[in-house]
Amino acid sequence: MTTNVDVIRVLVAKPGLDGHDRGAKIIARALRDAGMEVVYTGIRQTPQMIVEAALQEDVDVVGLSILSGAHMELFPQIAEGLREAGLGDVVLVAGGIIPQQDRDALHKLGVDRIFGPGATLKEIVEFVESVVAERRRAAP
Amino acid sequence: MSYQARKGDSDLSSRPLMNEQSEQAPNFHTDSGLGIDSVYTPEDVNGPDYGDKVGEPGEFPFTRGVYPSMYRGRLWTMRQYAGYATPQESNLRYRYLLDHGQTGLSVAFDLPTQTGYDSDHLLSKGEVGKVGVPIDTLDDMEALFSGIPLDKVSTSMTINATGPILLALYEAVARKQGVASEDIRGTTQNDILKEYFARGTYIFPPRPSMRLVTDVFAYCAERLPNWNTISISGYHMREAGANAVQELAFTFADAIAYVEAAVAVGLKVDDFCPRLSFFFVAQNDLFEEAAKFRAARRMWATIMRDRFGAKDPRSMMLRFHTQTAGAALTAQQPDINIVRTTLQALAAVLGGTQSLHVNSRDEALALPTEASARLSLRTQQILAHESGVADTVDPLAGSYYVESLTDRLEQEAWDYLKRIDDMGGAIAAIEEGFQAQEINDAAYQYQREIEAEERIVVGVNRFQTDEPPLEGIMRIDPDQAKLQVERLTKVKAGRDNGVTEASLKRLGEVARGNENTMPALLECVEAYASLGEICDLLRGVFGEQAEMGDL
Repeated sequence: MTTNVDVIRVLVAKPGLDGHDRGAKIIARALRDAGMEVVYTGIRQTPQMIVEAALQEDVDVVGLSILSGAHMELFPQIAEGLREAGLGDVVLVAGGIIPQQDRDALHKLGVDRIFGPGATLKEIVEFVESVVAERRRAAP
Repeated sequence: MSYQARKGDSDLSSRPLMNEQSEQAPNFHTDSGLGIDSVYTPEDVNGPDYGDKVGEPGEFPFTRGVYPSMYRGRLWTMRQYAGYATPQESNLRYRYLLDHGQTGLSVAFDLPTQTGYDSDHLLSKGEVGKVGVPIDTLDDMEALFSGIPLDKVSTSMTINATGPILLALYEAVARKQGVASEDIRGTTQNDILKEYFARGTYIFPPRPSMRLVTDVFAYCAERLPNWNTISISGYHMREAGANAVQELAFTFADAIAYVEAAVAVGLKVDDFCPRLSFFFVAQNDLFEEAAKFRAARRMWATIMRDRFGAKDPRSMMLRFHTQTAGAALTAQQPDINIVRTTLQALAAVLGGTQSLHVNSRDEALALPTEASARLSLRTQQILAHESGVADTVDPLAGSYYVESLTDRLEQEAWDYLKRIDDMGGAIAAIEEGFQAQEINDAAYQYQREIEAEERIVVGVNRFQTDEPPLEGIMRIDPDQAKLQVERLTKVKAGRDNGVTEASLKRLGEVARGNENTMPALLECVEAYASLGEICDLLRGVFGEQAEMGDL
C-alpha cells in the first residue's frame, strides 16, 4: 500500500435518482477538512456502483445520503452488496430524510449509524473517527 | 436634527440611551451578507433617479408590480405542490385541494418521470411514486386529471428534462376532454440549465437540451398562447445553498441564455418573451426577500428592453411563482415551521408574487399529509383575506430600508451577472462548473456559521426541546408502485404497437433533423408510447450528460 494507512478513507455516495446533493457535499467537505481522504460518487448511483466504488477505493467508511424516500429499497441492497464483496467490516453510515420509524429496521440490515436533519458536522466527524479507530483495533 | 445627523451622529450626548456599545453585535447583515445600518433615511434612497427606478405599478421598470392594481384586481394563485403514489391517489389530493379553495394545480412528478425512466426500469426501483406522481403513458395522465376540466384550471408542472413530453401529454388529455389547445393554461418548468448545477434531473447534455426548450417556445407561440413555456428558477439554487444575490444573478444568466438560444433559431423576442415566467424562493429574511422580488422585476425589465430590444411591455414583465424555503424547515419542533412559512409567504406577497406554494410543517420529514397541506392553504387564505397586506399595491415602497436593499441587491446581482457574461454566458459557466462551485462554497459556509452559532436556527442550535418523533407522517405504500408497473404493462399490451413504433420512428427522424420536436412528441404520446421509450430514443440521438463539477 502506498497510501498512508492511518488516514481514514471515506466514500460519500448518492444512491437512487435523487438530485439533492447539498448535504452529501457538505459532509464530504467536512470529512476532508478533518484530514480524511474522501471520494464523492456524484448523484444517481445504483447499489452496484456504490459497492464497486467502495471496493476500488478501499474505504473504511461508506456514507449514504438520500432524501427521496427510497432508502428502504436501496440501503439493504448496498449493505448486502458490501457483505458479498467481502466488505462486511466497512462502516455504513446514512443521512438524509429517514423517518425514525425506519431506523431500527435499517440498523438490523447493517446500517451502523443514521444521522438525521440537525446533526452537526462535528458530531459526524467524531463518530467516524471513533468508529474507525474501534474497527481497526478489533481487526486481526 | 437632520437625517444625516441622526444617522451618522458621533455626538452621543444627543441620544444618551442609544450608544453603539448597546447593540447586540458589532455588525448586522442580511441573510445574504449585505451589511445593515442601524437606521435608514431618505439619504439612502433619494437619488435623482428615484422616480424612474421605482415608477408606477404596471409600468416600466415594474419595480412596484407588473399590474397596476395587483391583488386588488386579482389575488395571487394559491397553488400547493402535490403528487405522490399513483395518478389515481394524486387526483384525489388535487380534488381535495380544489374543494378547499385552492385556485390552481401544481404537479409534483416522481424521480423516474423527471429523469426519463418508466416505472418498471431498474433505476426506478424504490423511487416510483415517492417524491411525486409517476407518469408512464397517456393513460396515467388521463387518470391524473380525471374529473378536472382543463379549460377551468391552470396547472403548473415541475418538470424539466422531460418537460416537452409532459406538455404533450397535457395537451393530449385536453384534446381527449374536448378542450381546445389554445384554451389550456399553465406552466411547464422546462428550465434545464439549473438542473446541471442545482437540482440534478438532467438527461441530455446542455446544448441539445436547449433545442428542446426552444422547441417548446416556438410551438407554444403558435399553438398554446396561454401556456407559460418556462419557469426560470432561482428556487433550487437557493435550496442548494446560494444566497439571494446569486439567486438573482444565476437565474437571469440562465434567462439570458434561453432568450439568446431562441433568437438564434429565429424567434422574435416579442413573440415568445411574454410567456416566459420565473420561480423564486421566499427565504427567512423578510425585507431582503421582499426587496429581492422588487429588484428582480426591475432587472428583467431592463434586460429585456436594453439587451434584447423588446418593444412589447409584456416581454419586460417579470411574472413569478414563489415557494417558501424547504431548506429553512426544521425536523426539530415541526410546528414552528408554520411560523416560518407564514413569514416567508408574507415576503412573497409583499414582493408581488403571481402564485404561491406554502410548505408544510412536516416537510423536513416526509411529504405533507392532507391536514398539513390544508393548513398551508389556510395560511395563504389568511394572508389574502384577513391580514390586509393584499389591499394596496407594493406597500413597502418608500421604505428607506427596503428601497435601499432593493438597489443594493440589484447592483450586486448586476456585478455577478457581468462575471458570467465575461465567462461566455450561463452555459459556458456551467460547463466550467462555476455556479456549482459558488453554490457549494456558500452552502458549506452557511453550515459552518450554524455550527459556530453565528446563525441562530430556533430548535436546532438554540432553544431545543426534547420531543418524541412526529407521529402520523405521510408514508407511501410500496404496493402502489407494483400497481403502477402493472398498469404500464397493461397499457403496453393493449395499444396498437405498429402505430406506437411508427410514431417513435418519426420522432427519431425529427430529433436527428431540425424540425420542431413537439408535434412528433404529441403523436408519440397519443399512440401511448411510454415516457421511458421516448427518452431512450432521444438518449440515442442526443447522448447523456455526466455529472459536472466537484465538491
